[in-house]
Amino acid sequence: MTESPFTGLEVIVDMGLCESHGQCVFAAPQVFAFDEDDVLVYEPDPDVSQYEKAVAAAAACPVRAIRIESTR
Amino acid sequence: MTEQPTRMVVVGASLAGLNAARALRDQGHAGPITLIGEEPHAPYDRPPLSKGFLVSGADHTSLALADTAVLGLTELYGRRAVHLDTGEHTVHLDDGGSVPYDGLVIATGAGARSWPGPLPATGVHTLRTLDDATALRRDLGTGPRRVLVAGGGFIGSEAAATGAELGHDVTLAIRGPAPLHRVLGEDAASFLSDLHHTAGVSVRPFTTLTGLQGGRRVTSVTLDGACQVNADTVLLALGAVPHTDWLTASGLRLDGGLVTDVHTRAVGTDGRPHPTIVAAGDVTRFPHPHASGLLSLGHWSNAVEQARIAARTLLHPRAPSVYRPVASFWSTQYGVRFRAVGLPREADESVTREYDIGRRRLNVAYCRDGRLVGALTANRAAHIARYREQLARDLETPVEARSA
Repeated sequence: MTESPFTGLEVIVDMGLCESHGQCVFAAPQVFAFDEDDVLVYEPDPDVSQYEKAVAAAAACPVRAIRIESTR
Repeated sequence: MTEQPTRMVVVGASLAGLNAARALRDQGHAGPITLIGEEPHAPYDRPPLSKGFLVSGADHTSLALADTAVLGLTELYGRRAVHLDTGEHTVHLDDGGSVPYDGLVIATGAGARSWPGPLPATGVHTLRTLDDATALRRDLGTGPRRVLVAGGGFIGSEAAATGAELGHDVTLAIRGPAPLHRVLGEDAASFLSDLHHTAGVSVRPFTTLTGLQGGRRVTSVTLDGACQVNADTVLLALGAVPHTDWLTASGLRLDGGLVTDVHTRAVGTDGRPHPTIVAAGDVTRFPHPHASGLLSLGHWSNAVEQARIAARTLLHPRAPSVYRPVASFWSTQYGVRFRAVGLPREADESVTREYDIGRRRLNVAYCRDGRLVGALTANRAAHIARYREQLARDLETPVEARSA
């Protein structure tokens, strides 16, 4: 795990777009998960160590519902 | 690094092609990249074409994948590659032009299998491209029709579901016992058949389309060489054929697709991989520890992930990356979310852990030689993530350690 250059990390999901494909859960399981009704639940303010996985999750989303914001 | 190729050419303005170009930029390639595509459109997203795009009035801009302008590409659309000269490192195009390369990404995808005979001029469709979907949508938008869908794969089954949701009288003719039986096995296929029946789709198992009748427009089809069924609209969903015709004289190995090694490098007919030619997406056939033979994955996630590995291998020929994916694919039919991981079709046994047609839930594990090789769920996405983790762990285990 590389050192993150960021002090804060924000995950924003457009739930109107999300179709529960699961690619983000595969890419960053500590940030994204499904509840028992297939609704995506996520940590909006994850630890900065999750930066790379969160970015990979956003890139893997087939409907581009995920945005990652970082603060230095 | 002088070993890096400078002029990159990507053939195939597809999901895989676009992701390869993006990955080349992300991984530091600052030199020229040329993206060549046969269709007149910039790269677009195909999964909605058999689902949402058919029911909505959305135009093609809703399918746009990304703004290619930020990538600084030379974009050549509406130009088809007709020959690859691996000796001269040149791609030849249908307009007589040619494009030299130092590094080449082949991402020409696959096309719809065509009908091997004459067809009525209108009313008969395939569904693979944006233009295909636009024509089918126009046809389905002109009032209730008798729709015949031939082919029980993903596209046939999804299009039948969409046709039923649009209020058409739909018949789904499939060669096997149930939709997606060959790919997902008996229980999943039966679950899917139930959904079709409930929606009023007439599923005709063990049925082969043998003829189409009509003058200008199709009026009926022949099934199994005997019975005629009236139809106003026909969708031929007969499978995909990889676009390798332009590679026939390239010296690359073709075997139901373009053969690559585990590093996504194209393999020559002499069995040696080309360090300057990589491939990604539906056009490829590649080795995988969970597959008995070469694998072809016509999935969205494969196009994206394989393209990234291909770009990395091209940029670092002395340290090529390994492509050993946990396959992941999905389908939505009648609002039911089917989510699959791994290689269900490689299984010799399937274990159905939940089959609840009332709540529209399904959970099937697929095994071969007693090891998990795939899983499928319907409206049970939380479970699919756990299966996926298990498959990923298994793929990380060296082959020698597995039998222990």
